[in-house]
Order: sequence, then structure tokens, then C-alpha cells
Amino acid sequence: MIKHLLYGGLAVLGMASAVAAADSPASLMAQYAQQAGVPVSGLSASRGAALYRTEHPGRDGQAVSCAGCHTANPAQAGRSRVGKRIEPLAPVANPQRFTDAAKVEKWFRRNCQDVLQRECSAQEKGDFIAWLSQAR
Amino acid sequence: MNYLLRGIGVVTAVGVFSLLAFSLPSGDAHGDGGGNVLPRTTNKAWQQECASCHIAYSPAFLPKASWRRLMGGLDQHFGENASLDPATQADILRFLEANAADSGTSRMGSRVMQSMGANQAPLRITETRWFARKHDEVSKSVWTRKSIGSAANCAACHRQAEQGVFDEDTVRIPKQ
Ligand code: HEC
Ligand code: HEC
Ligand code: HEC
Repeated sequence: MIKHLLYGGLAVLGMASAVAAADSPASLMAQYAQQAGVPVSGLSASRGAALYRTEHPGRDGQAVSCAGCHTANPAQAGRSRVGKRIEPLAPVANPQRFTDAAKVEKWFRRNCQDVLQRECSAQEKGDFIAWLSQAR
Repeated sequence: MNYLLRGIGVVTAVGVFSLLAFSLPSGDAHGDGGGNVLPRTTNKAWQQECASCHIAYSPAFLPKASWRRLMGGLDQHFGENASLDPATQADILRFLEANAADSGTSRMGSRVMQSMGANQAPLRITETRWFARKHDEVSKSVWTRKSIGSAANCAACHRQAEQGVFDEDTVRIPKQ
């Protein structure tokens, strides 16, 4: 009996990790919308585009924006500050984007801090993915 | 039903085990392949987390004390936020220390240490005396060429830097 409970528990764990690995732009949008307390239809691609493009004063006086590294067209490859290629951010050009919630959260945390000097809200994250999802 | 459950259990146990294995400190160094080709050192977390913005700089380019300083300040990493969860950070630091310039695991490391003061712990490879000496033929204006941008962009000139190869044959300085 104990054995069965143990196996059962492990099976549930396994399923939980399988679910976590199967994120998609749509599932992440749903999650962020829920966190923000709005329906998915309350996410705005145009607000997402503005977040992507708006330039902010950087630490060394130079303007910084998401587009600065990810380029004006998110379906194209970008460049890090050190000159390394960054694969496109738009799922249409790079299907691996927005398929791993932990990775997405990590980069939102870092890049929003760098560009906006604060974390992004759930609403902003949802808007951002809404916009990238419709980029062609 | 029992068998099914058990099957799932075994599969998951293997999954969980391999997950654990990945989160344990790992990392291997084999052979030094001559002075300018680095030993093939690998660590999953290091490869995953330290190669998004630049090449994964070999641990052999800096001493342990440098890596400790660098890993202690990832939230303000040369003006960028490169912060990690504490477990991943600790795993990577163990790997870096085990293969650092002063760990005695590579010839490259020994050379880096030859011109390093005992208490020095530079945060940049590109600020070490060893680096300056190796690159004394590269003029200042070259570093800021558009396709290079920064001396830290090793791969702009060392075409196989990602593979740890820094010998003469693979160097080509871009013209602009
Ligand atoms: C200094 C350069 C830089 C800036 C500025 C930047 N990013 Fe990024 N971003 C990166 C790098 C590097 C990666 C990870 C490399 C990779 O996965 O190819 C990344 C990855 C991401 C990811 C991960 C997506 C996924 O599923 O793989 C998200 C989300 C993201 N950035 C959002 C943003 C947002 C939002 C902004 C603006 C607030 C922004 N970035 C500004 C460099 C930058
Ligand atoms: C979010 C992007 C990002 C990530 C992730 C990142 N770095 Fe960096 N790193 C940078 C930037 C930007 C510089 C400064 C490069 C320059 O000045 O041109 C840098 C520089 C360095 C340097 C000094 C290079 C020199 O000039 O000699 C080292 C060493 C370094 N990083 C190690 C690491 C390690 C180890 C990790 C993983 C724990 C890591 N980096 C992850 C962005 C990043
Ligand atoms: C502007 C181009 C350029 C960049 C960027 C650059 N190097 Fe070099 N590097 C050279 C040249 C040129 C040489 C001299 C090659 C020779 O003649 O032996 C050299 C030599 C070396 C050597 C010695 C090879 C030998 O034969 O003794 C090492 C090791 C090395 N570089 C590592 C690095 C590392 C690590 C970085 C990044 C942190 C870097 N380099 C960035 C151009 C560059």
C-alpha cells in the first residue's frame, strides 16, 4: 500500500513536470491574464508593441528598449550588448519562444529590470506576448 | 492497473533521478589539447546560463577568487541583470572554481596565473595582464569596430571561441 502511494505520488510529480514543460504563448497569456485579473481578451497587442518599442534612459545615459537588443522587427535575430546573436523573439520565426514558463519569467525579470528599472506587471507580460504572437 | 502505476512510477523515478543528477555539481575536464585549445570542460547549468549574452568564457581564464566575486554580483553584472536562483548559482560557481586558472587543471590557466598577483581578483578577463600581452598587437581602434564592439566579444575574431579554440590559425580580425 505504501509502495502504491509512493508510486502514485511520483506519477503525479511526473505529470506536473510534464505540464510545466508544455507551455505555449496562449497558455502563458491565459496565466498572465488571470494573474492580472482580466480576461485574455483584455490583453492588448498594441500596448505590448509600445512596451517593446518605448525607449527609456539607461544607466549610462544611452536610451535602452526591448527593441534595442531584439531589433525593431521581432521576427528577426537580434544582438546582445556583447555582440552575440539572439534568436528572434516572435514565435512565428522561432517556435521555441514562450514554451518554458520558467525561462520566460527569468528573462522578463532581468530585462524589465534593465530597461524599465523595475519588474513588469502580469498585465504587461501578457500584452507583450499578445503582440509577439501576432507578429508576422 | 498496478503494473501501469508501477510503470509510471519507474519512468518518473528515472525522470526525477536524472533531474537530480543535473542539479548536482557536475563538470568534467579532459586533456588540455595543447596550450591554446582549452580542455573540454562542461557543466549543463553553466552552458545554459552563461552563454546567452556572450560565449561561455572558460573557467581557466580567471582565478577562483574572481569567479567568487563575479558570481556574488550577478544582479549587477557589467550593467546587466544576470541573476539566477541560488541553487543554479552555487552549482555554476563550484564548476568554475574546480576548473579555474589556479586550479591546476589546464595549461591556459597556468599561463594566466603567471602574470597575476597573489591577491588579484579581476572581474574581467580582458583586464588581466595576460590578456593585454596576448593582444598587444591589436590596436585600440580595432576593439570598437562595429562587428566587434567589445574586447569581450572573443568570437568576433576567434572563430572557434565557442569550442574553446584560441590558436593562431582560427584568428581573423574583421575589417569593420
Ligand atoms: C541587453 C539586451 C536585451 C534587452 C535590452 C532585452 N532583452 Fe530580452 N533577451 C535578451 C537575451 C540575451 C535573451 C536570451 C537569449 C535567448 O534566449 O536567445 C532574451 C530573452 C528574452 C525573453 C525570453 C523568451 C523565451 O521564451 O525564450 C523574453 C520574454 C524577453 N527577452 C523579453 C524582453 C523584454 C520585455 C524586454 C524589454 C523590457 C527585453 N527583453 C529587452 C536580451 C535583451
Ligand atoms: C544578461 C546577459 C548576460 C548573462 C546571462 C551573463 N553575462 Fe557575463 N557579461 C554580460 C555583459 C553585458 C558583459 C560585459 C561585456 C562587455 O563589456 O563588452 C559581460 C561580461 C562578462 C565577463 C567579463 C568579460 C571580459 O571583459 O573579460 C565575464 C567573465 C562574464 N561575463 C561571465 C559570466 C558568467 C560566468 C555568466 C553566467 C553565470 C554570465 N557572464 C552571464 C552579460 C551577461
Ligand atoms: C579584435 C579581435 C580579437 C578579440 C575580440 C579577441 N582576440 Fe584573442 N587574439 C587576437 C589576435 C590577433 C591574437 C594573436 C594571434 C597570434 O598571432 O597568435 C589573439 C590571441 C589570443 C590568445 C593566444 C593565442 C596564442 O596563440 O597564443 C588567446 C588565448 C586569446 N586571444 C583569447 C581571447 C579571449 C578569451 C578573448 C575574449 C575575452 C579574445 N581573445 C578576444 C584577436 C582577438
